[in-house]
Amino acid sequence: MFLSMNWIQDFVDLNGLDKVELIHKFSLSTAEVENEIFFKGSQISGIVVAEIKSVEPHPESKKLHLLKVDAGEDELTDVVCGAPNVKVGMKTAFAKVGAQLGEITIAPRPLAGFMSNGMCCSEAEIEISDDNSGIMEITDNVKNGTDLKEIYEIEDIVFEVDNKSLTNRPDLWGHYGIAREFAALSGRKLKPLDIDDLNAYKNLPQVDMKIEDPLCQRYSCLQVENIKRNVSPVNMRIRLYYCGMRGINFLADLTNYLMLEMGQPMHAFDSRKVEKIRIKRFEKPFVFRTLDGVDRNIDENTLMICNGDTPVAIAGIMGGLDSEIVEDTTTLTLESATFNAVSIRKSTVRLAHRTDASIRYEKCLDPEMTTVAIGRFVKLLKEYDSNIKVVSSLTDEYAFHYDAVELNFDKKFVDRYTGIEIDNNAIINTLTNLGFKADFDGEKFSVVVPSWRATKDITIKADIIEEITRIYGYDNFDINTTRSPLYPVRMTAVKNNEDKIKDILVKKYNLHEVHSYVWAYNDELKALGIPVEQNVKLANATNPNIETIRNSIIPTQLCQVKQNTSFAQDFGIFEIGRIVNGLDENNLCIENKKLAITLFSKTKKTKELYFKLRDILAVVTNDIKHKSLAFKAAQPEHGYEHPINLNRIFIEDKEVGKIGIVHPVVGKKIDKKANIVFAEIDVDDFSSVSDSGIIYEEPSKFPTMDYDISLDIPSGVFYDKLSKCWSDEGKDILKGTRIVDTYDTETVHSITVRFEFSSNERTLSSDEVQKIMDKVIENLSAIGVSLR
Amino acid sequence: MDEKIIDLQNELKTKLLKATDLMDLDKIRVAFLGKKGSITALLKGMKDLSADERKSLGAEINRLKSYAAQKIEERISELKEKEIEKEISAMPQFDISTPADMERGSYHPITLVQRQCETIFRSMGFTVEDYSEIVTDYECFESLNIPKHHPARDMQDTYYLENGQLLKSQTSAAQNAILKKYGKNLIENGVPIKAIFPGRCFRNEATDACHENTFFQMEGVMVDRDISISNLIFFMKTMLSEVFQKDIKVRLRPGFFPFVEPGFELDISCLICGGTGCASCKHSGWLELCPCGMIHPNVLKEGGVDPDKYTGFAFGLGLTRLAMMKYGIKDIRDLNSGNLKSLSQFTDDE
Repeated sequence: MFLSMNWIQDFVDLNGLDKVELIHKFSLSTAEVENEIFFKGSQISGIVVAEIKSVEPHPESKKLHLLKVDAGEDELTDVVCGAPNVKVGMKTAFAKVGAQLGEITIAPRPLAGFMSNGMCCSEAEIEISDDNSGIMEITDNVKNGTDLKEIYEIEDIVFEVDNKSLTNRPDLWGHYGIAREFAALSGRKLKPLDIDDLNAYKNLPQVDMKIEDPLCQRYSCLQVENIKRNVSPVNMRIRLYYCGMRGINFLADLTNYLMLEMGQPMHAFDSRKVEKIRIKRFEKPFVFRTLDGVDRNIDENTLMICNGDTPVAIAGIMGGLDSEIVEDTTTLTLESATFNAVSIRKSTVRLAHRTDASIRYEKCLDPEMTTVAIGRFVKLLKEYDSNIKVVSSLTDEYAFHYDAVELNFDKKFVDRYTGIEIDNNAIINTLTNLGFKADFDGEKFSVVVPSWRATKDITIKADIIEEITRIYGYDNFDINTTRSPLYPVRMTAVKNNEDKIKDILVKKYNLHEVHSYVWAYNDELKALGIPVEQNVKLANATNPNIETIRNSIIPTQLCQVKQNTSFAQDFGIFEIGRIVNGLDENNLCIENKKLAITLFSKTKKTKELYFKLRDILAVVTNDIKHKSLAFKAAQPEHGYEHPINLNRIFIEDKEVGKIGIVHPVVGKKIDKKANIVFAEIDVDDFSSVSDSGIIYEEPSKFPTMDYDISLDIPSGVFYDKLSKCWSDEGKDILKGTRIVDTYDTETVHSITVRFEFSSNERTLSSDEVQKIMDKVIENLSAIGVSLR
Repeated sequence: MDEKIIDLQNELKTKLLKATDLMDLDKIRVAFLGKKGSITALLKGMKDLSADERKSLGAEINRLKSYAAQKIEERISELKEKEIEKEISAMPQFDISTPADMERGSYHPITLVQRQCETIFRSMGFTVEDYSEIVTDYECFESLNIPKHHPARDMQDTYYLENGQLLKSQTSAAQNAILKKYGKNLIENGVPIKAIFPGRCFRNEATDACHENTFFQMEGVMVDRDISISNLIFFMKTMLSEVFQKDIKVRLRPGFFPFVEPGFELDISCLICGGTGCASCKHSGWLELCPCGMIHPNVLKEGGVDPDKYTGFAFGLGLTRLAMMKYGIKDIRDLNSGNLKSLSQFTDDE
């Protein structure tokens, strides 16, 4: 919203104060002002009122005329002018030689063979409207040669307030409310509004009007006749234009002017079309043509202004085409009303049509304002068109009253909230200047909130704190740390584990952490031949490509791998992110946090890469939990999983995730020559596993004995089965086993296992070791594993 | 017998001179001093001599024995030295100036700024909380003093799910749960609630270089008996000065958010120009960084904390924006792109 400093100064005297500084203060204390401040008229000088004394056609040009104008000087001035609306006796804006129009300095110059000593200007040229159809026509009775800036408010400081920062302030949607803020910020007095005394018409007949729907809070109206004026006064037009509105005609301009001044939208109907005003909703939908000529679908929730049963306007949004003021309108009915804000907001959303009026109504306007606005309207109407006649009494139905808001608090409350000392007088003054009724009885403050702040904005004591502190100025605050007691801070297991996982993956294994989106990427997945699986969907996705929430990070990660195949021969990425695993019995999403890792390699063999990932997970688990992993072959559930090399991962008996090789069909679509493996771990499940901690073992002072055996392993027998053959043997002295050699041919799979024996108490004898090994070998042969 | 000793001594000298490696020397040692060596044989031959002869000759032989041992040892060191010299000269001077192998992993830039912020707040006694991405209407709006049909719900376009839940549009969605989690300890034991909760937020909007539908925020709350606006400004200024490692000027402007009262927009002095005005701060000298405010009494009440006894502040720091500012990332979409050319540069946690 654009605001005019001249307009504000109608209501508060800011003489002698730095206006730009005040605007800055307003931005820090009230609402955000956009950076650029416009100094209107500052680029323009030397424009005077001049009267056209003669008009001669140019001998060679159809467009140009040769004028003699009286610019208040001793002699008439010769001017060549191309405007179509020149005529003798017309007064216009004239840029004399030496005048400044933005970058241009007016100098005598030949134009099509004749000297032109100045320029007649259009309103657009002096930037007071966008009318460039002809030169400005001045109808006010002013002396020739008068500087235009002396009679019109061409000079102004205009600034723009971010509408979003006014969401909660219905009172700031007009200049009068803004002026109240400037008054409080500068310590000057706000002037009362000059309004017409509507009591004078109380003996005139009432307008036939009735509110038939609770969505209308208050409806005030008045009928006026004999409006002769058609063109608005220049200053009014300038203000409207500077505030971003186009001039239309006097009546339309005046309703707009009132809205920008008081924040109260108003509407003028042709009285013939609204003999019986009814405010109501209709049971059946219908089409209604608004005054912009657009047909709009009205449903049963949209509040309408009607003439009997005929709708004439969409309440609070826009008037209808048929009830507009037209050429032969003699009597008009002026509407000033307030409606339920939520209803207006919902209607604008349904109609997809937001207007200057509806933007204001959405904010919960003060119903007290409706009659004041009519008083102000009549006052201005009379000022600019003295023969108008009010022909009805003020007709007013006030159906909904907001509760009066009165708040009581003590000084301690203020001190506690602010953390600083603001003295009682400053508190009372600030509140009074903002229109509150504020008293202090030596102990308690009692504050009555003015009606324009009591519609929703200020309801509790904390709201008063804001009023006090924002005017006090946050820049003036002493800042202090708290006096709260200190207690130790413990990290949650999940957070702790997450940080450690990231460190191990990045620092030890050179993996890259990535982020991705929480939805499945339909198009990208389709390209890899991975179908998007059924899962919870977004209800209002604007893009079908991101509709379904993912149930695993792995497909996303495969898309990311595909995008990075040229990054390096070998790389790995990981993410700790969220997925959704369907809905629970309460219809709520089952959300899980997952660690996903994908390794890509053009140099490593599949098995090597698969085992590398296995080792990474084993180290992560051992570093964080001091436990080892176990695996169980898994049945593939998703198209990208390898049918054979896919395993469920366990820590102790808790299943925590899955590791696998990417299905070759998908893998080849990512890169024909690369191997890709993946793993996904549930971070919460992982974190829930307890940490066994480091179990320190005193190194033995006695010699260690190693015993190697080479085994032929039949196919299908896995190491975890082998290891069961010795896990219960050799109790205290079998300290460890490891594979020291493997030998594979097409038909034979053989490994050499080293058994390490030692004791902390004695030197072991070969007999006791041999006995244990005999038992192990016996166990092995029981499962079909023989010595090589 | 003496002659024999002299001969042996001469023979030893000659052989030592001829020896070229350690293996030769070992042979010499065996030949003279070994069990069957010639000097050992001399000693063994003394058993037939008289006591006097044994005495004088024994001394001679022993002298020869230690002479031999010493000479062999000397020769060994000589040869060892030569071998080392040979090994040294055989090694070329390596070109250490070739590029180093810098293959490393990388953290996501959000992780880096998030950790910095967490470290700062932990040092001031804040816990770090985690919260889900999918929340209910109650968590995201209702509990935050945003009733149905409140215009604030229009201010942010929310992604709704088919089941009525939504992707959280702000980290404040966790406030209610945090208040409930720690409220008891506050009320019963006087332990202030001090928590931050970093997390992903979602807004249903078109993406471009400056707009993302998925981004990170870090919410912070502190609730105790007498938490004030003055405290809020202190914590924000301190935290931001720590994040940027320099004294940051902050300013507060009124800002409207239903879950705080008073609510503020917090600006910091522009990091590029220091406040004099430049293109990145649109010549204002300030950057809008972080909405904050005193927690609305209704929000405290809804979280089970009595607003007449306790006050608190809350803020929502844009981690994504912070990361972009800190590292000069121009296109916000790079962060979720998974593009390693961009992301692999963030190799170290500071």
